[in-house]
Amino acid sequence: MPEILDRARTQVLENGVGLDQAGVLAVLNLPDEDLPAALQLAHEVRMRWCGPEVEVEGIVSLKTGGCPEDCHFCSQSGLFTSPVRSVWLDIPNLVAAAKQTAATGATEFCIVAAVRGPDARLMKQLREGVAAIQAEVDIQVAASLGMLTQEQVDELVEMGVHRYNHNLETCRSYFPNVVTTHSWEERWETLRMVRESGMEVCCGGILGLGETVEQRAEFAAQLAELDPHEVPLNFLNPRPGTPLGDRPVVEGKDALRAIAAFRLAMPRTILRYAGGRELTLGDLGTRDGLLGGINAVIVGNYLTTLGRPATDDLKLLDDLKMPVKALSATL
Amino acid sequence: MTELSPTAPAAPWCDHCGTATGAGDHAACAAARALEPPRYCDRCRRRMKVQVLPAGWSARCVEHGEIHA
Ligand SMILES: [Zn+2]
Ligand SMILES: [Zn+2]
Repeated sequence: MPEILDRARTQVLENGVGLDQAGVLAVLNLPDEDLPAALQLAHEVRMRWCGPEVEVEGIVSLKTGGCPEDCHFCSQSGLFTSPVRSVWLDIPNLVAAAKQTAATGATEFCIVAAVRGPDARLMKQLREGVAAIQAEVDIQVAASLGMLTQEQVDELVEMGVHRYNHNLETCRSYFPNVVTTHSWEERWETLRMVRESGMEVCCGGILGLGETVEQRAEFAAQLAELDPHEVPLNFLNPRPGTPLGDRPVVEGKDALRAIAAFRLAMPRTILRYAGGRELTLGDLGTRDGLLGGINAVIVGNYLTTLGRPATDDLKLLDDLKMPVKALSATL
Repeated sequence: MTELSPTAPAAPWCDHCGTATGAGDHAACAAARALEPPRYCDRCRRRMKVQVLPAGWSARCVEHGEIHA
């Protein structure tokens, strides 16, 4: 057993204290033959500190495309020649999407907009949408609308949005290579306001943007410092027309190493499989991740790309004897 | 739920990359379409307005109307 896993067994599994940056890096650098042991330990940590339940979420894009920011991985930036056109979702279809999500047993429905931050039109659309969902669907509503002002944070709380997603995307040292139209620190400031408002903080990122293994460890440590309620982990799905459109996808084993390492850095967080898992890991990888530290999934489709059918994920959870977290357990 | 065939053999344009189906190899496009909605109208190659939903998608060409799955 590698020294880092011995140390993690005591520190993380028994005492609930996450690995620091150096520890995460050691896990990310483990040879392939030690990967099963790392995943096994991460799974034990997840079971010990989070339990067997899996939080299921659906997401939908309220406003797609035409974003003024230049996040180099994103097909929704208006600055690249991506085939994604700008489109708004109306309220009846938003409610229908929430119903589709609730029908899978999901407890979370996240409404996402491709914007730098919300304007008055978007806030109005969201307010009407959240009210309509709350009137008709038994599900918790989360939102992801970019950078917020304090007034907008207060407004979201008042609407009843219970969790806010704002990804740091990558570590602080690599962020300027990925986004130039705003800073990592601006994102951090929104996260600080969300935290102080009492909303749950959802913050993760994307692996495979060209960051080094050291920077992946840096990112895990920075997320651990933020201590979000939820960390969505995406793997780059290179999008045609974007600056990262020609990057290779993350190797399956590197993705699994990262899952184990992020779990060992954050023993209590909701660690969610988000976009790119189908491409990076295929069907088998979803199972490996759920047995290696992941305790939440996005089911169904993503914002501009498709996922595997929700029924496939639900069947897998059933096979693994991992119950879907119920609404009553989250309130 | 019935999904229309990604790009019918007779369609002149690839609904994934927007180039002519008669020229070049679109095998990778067809493979990508398993996890992506169409982006181009396969009849006129216009970029479509595409809305992805948790359990489906719709794609609208201003000239040829809406398809969905
Ligand atoms: Zn093509
Ligand atoms: Zn057309």
